Amino acid sequence: MAQIIGLPKLSPTMEEGVLVRWVKQEGDAVEPGDLIAEVETDKANMDFALEDEGVLLKLLVEAGATVRLGAPVLILGEAGEDITELLAEAKAQLGGGGAPAPAAPKPAKAEAPTASAPAAKAQAPAKAPASSGGRLLASPLAKTLAIELGIDLRTIEGTGPSGRIVERDVRAIADEAAAPQAQETSQTPSQTALAVIPPGPLSVPGDSGEYVDKPLTNIRRTIAERLTAAKRDIPHFRLTTSFEAGPLLAFRKRLNELMGGKGKVTVNDLLIKGIALALRRVPDANVAFMGDSIRYFTQVHVGVAVALERGLMTPVVRNADLKGLGVISSEVKDLVGRAKDRKLKAHEITGSTFTISNLGMFGIDHFDAIINPPEGAILAVGRIVKQPIIDDDGKIGLGQRMSMTMSCDHRVIDGAVGARFLDELVELLESPESLAL
Amino acid sequence: MSSITCDLCVIGSGPGGYVAAIRAAQRGLSVVCVEREELGGICLNWGCIPTKALLRSAEVLETCQRADEFGITVENVGFDFDAIIKRSRGISAKISKGVAYLLKKNKIQHVKGTGKLAGAGMVKVTGDDGEQTITAKDIIVATGARARSLPGIEVDGDRIIAYREALTLKNRPDSLIILGAGAIGVEFASFYRSLGTEVTIIEYQDRLVPNEDAEISAELLRAYKKRGIKIKTSFGVTGATTSDSGVSVQIEPAGGGESQTLEADKLLASVGITGNVENLGIEDVGIDVERGFMKVGPDLRTCVDGIWGIGDVTGGIALAHVASAEAVYVAETIAGHHAEPVDYSTVPACTYCHPEIASVGLSEEAAKTEGIAIKVGRFPFGPLGKTMAAGEYPGFAKFIWREDNGALVGAHLIGPAVTDLIAEPTLAKSTEVNAESLINTIHAHPTFAEALKEAAEDAYGLAIHK
Repeated sequence: MAQIIGLPKLSPTMEEGVLVRWVKQEGDAVEPGDLIAEVETDKANMDFALEDEGVLLKLLVEAGATVRLGAPVLILGEAGEDITELLAEAKAQLGGGGAPAPAAPKPAKAEAPTASAPAAKAQAPAKAPASSGGRLLASPLAKTLAIELGIDLRTIEGTGPSGRIVERDVRAIADEAAAPQAQETSQTPSQTALAVIPPGPLSVPGDSGEYVDKPLTNIRRTIAERLTAAKRDIPHFRLTTSFEAGPLLAFRKRLNELMGGKGKVTVNDLLIKGIALALRRVPDANVAFMGDSIRYFTQVHVGVAVALERGLMTPVVRNADLKGLGVISSEVKDLVGRAKDRKLKAHEITGSTFTISNLGMFGIDHFDAIINPPEGAILAVGRIVKQPIIDDDGKIGLGQRMSMTMSCDHRVIDGAVGARFLDELVELLESPESLAL
Repeated sequence: MSSITCDLCVIGSGPGGYVAAIRAAQRGLSVVCVEREELGGICLNWGCIPTKALLRSAEVLETCQRADEFGITVENVGFDFDAIIKRSRGISAKISKGVAYLLKKNKIQHVKGTGKLAGAGMVKVTGDDGEQTITAKDIIVATGARARSLPGIEVDGDRIIAYREALTLKNRPDSLIILGAGAIGVEFASFYRSLGTEVTIIEYQDRLVPNEDAEISAELLRAYKKRGIKIKTSFGVTGATTSDSGVSVQIEPAGGGESQTLEADKLLASVGITGNVENLGIEDVGIDVERGFMKVGPDLRTCVDGIWGIGDVTGGIALAHVASAEAVYVAETIAGHHAEPVDYSTVPACTYCHPEIASVGLSEEAAKTEGIAIKVGRFPFGPLGKTMAAGEYPGFAKFIWREDNGALVGAHLIGPAVTDLIAEPTLAKSTEVNAESLINTIHAHPTFAEALKEAAEDAYGLAIHK
């Protein structure tokens, strides 16, 4: 009996996904667990596998299409089955017409996450499916104009040949967008102090080229939602300390000498190990607020915040307390590399119990970070700064100080617990040999 | 008196009429096409095609005359004027037969005779077979236009001639005065000059081909002067008197001043056209005639329901391809199909003088008048390898882009093969290919088309070979 298969929830927060690639083709027989397709979710590229066996009778969406959660993506059944009715049903669910794909008008999402690329480039037809529906037809001029005016071509219905988006379509949308806003600006000033500012030179929004509105990518939308919720709902408090990093740097140098050409341990790798060991020593800091309970993690998984061109990701070094520095180092290198290539799997970016965010390489002295829920704390690390220090004998010497700020969820971590964690961490980092124990 | 009932009656079988008839027939309408002369209209019989045949003869002659440049020995180079004319007529006849074949193939009834509107939905045809009445749901008037005459310059067909006579002269005139430096004037000037005729062009405006970009006019002026064509721009004609030996033409500077008299064998009047609106019953059925043309709305409907007008008779852009485009639009609309209205801003114009001229869009001057901020690029054909190999020297390509988004405002070409090259800028204009896209398009080497890419790049200071 043939059935329609909808897009499953491949990450805890996904609401839609881009069907990046069909691994199996129409007519292929599949076993339970077989990889069917790759789907880009708000987090990463996920494998889409089936729990049933059968034959892929019909693929309902084209590669590159954006699909809502649960929307039909394929029909599974036995070879030769009549699927006319199911097809009609699926099409109805997809919002009808003869349109082959539900998200056909929005295929460009697949490329959209490269936020810095101009919108028109994101619509490069090269990756668009060859058949009708999936490809965004727009004239070069319309694309240029859309960038200039900050208009998302995917929101425009083309009136040119075969529905091609042409200049007049973009202009019409720009005019539409500009009209009401222009009205608002002309109405508001008198009520406010702003009224004293002559409204004359204010340009009409959307028509001036002063800004460009780019649609949120999946990853950016997730960042926005999660961090807003975290900042709003979690009672953050921050603890800042610094430590003498000279021994750590010397230790690192020694380690790298030992490793020869086989990779390089970074300061960040040492910090990850330090955090993991400190959490072992202060398990009260390895916790999460669960509403009715406090969860004490029995394992230590350290999330590493990675800045990517398209946003932020936190791949996870699992059981960092049990791993050697060389292993951590190569693992982080691998995770970061694959994060950049969007090759991370879901399990590699979930499950961290504590996160480190390091902006030292960007020249930041110190900062504080927003907690990555449901974790109880995050450590923000700045750069190593040379500065004078007064030693125990009252003598002035040269110090290499590294500043760290721990943001804690006060619902589960109190100040004293946080301070204890930092104290242990500083001790570990100032006697870095203990990291190797 | 017999009568015919059909869906659509088209009066005229030029590039407007026959195209409308065929498209309507393709869409399943029953169609009658009324034509009093040869099928194909002016274009095929007295315009575009026969002039191109003459100009080709002129080109072959000139190539033979400079054959030694190419290392070719051609002796006793000469021409048989009568044979040149015959070849031209033969080509027209052949294409006219092609139209007859197409009409027949599409089961369009050709009624020979003069059509006249007899009210909404009715056309009366007077022909050799007597009178016929055609009842049609829709009628398209596509009767075209003819040469306009100036007061005091009556075309007598002998000393004072228009394009029809210029296409069928018995002998090559030793001297020819051409009135009007539009496309028709400069094409005949080119042809007859190649055959050795003393040619003088008189133009009221201050430059040749006044509808083209001013730089194109200047380049043509240089080329024509080099060819020994006499040019009198900013001169008006006040009168002409004919005698057995020729014609004497009185001209006067446009800004006023002393008049002059020019003598020649013939005077060719090419000062524009006037619509074929007479004896058509246009005004009888309530449609206005304005300045010699039938009045139509922007959608090519007249004020009488079911009567449409296309092509030269409506006084729009007098080009065969415009009439054909209008024909398709109207025929599709009548047949109930969606059709895009004709976009007159993307109409290419070609003039087949030597050097050839082609353009699409606005001239630089017009763009500035409209207040468009522009970037202009130019590139000469001369330095191209293809040009040197072909032995064609003059001319250049000019691109005008919008400064803000690189939209194509206009393209103006003068030089070798430009009447074919204009297809690229025309496609760019109609499909909104902007500067970046055109520049990123690979142009084959060696071709004349390389000048287009370089001219496009030049607007941004990026032409490699300039």
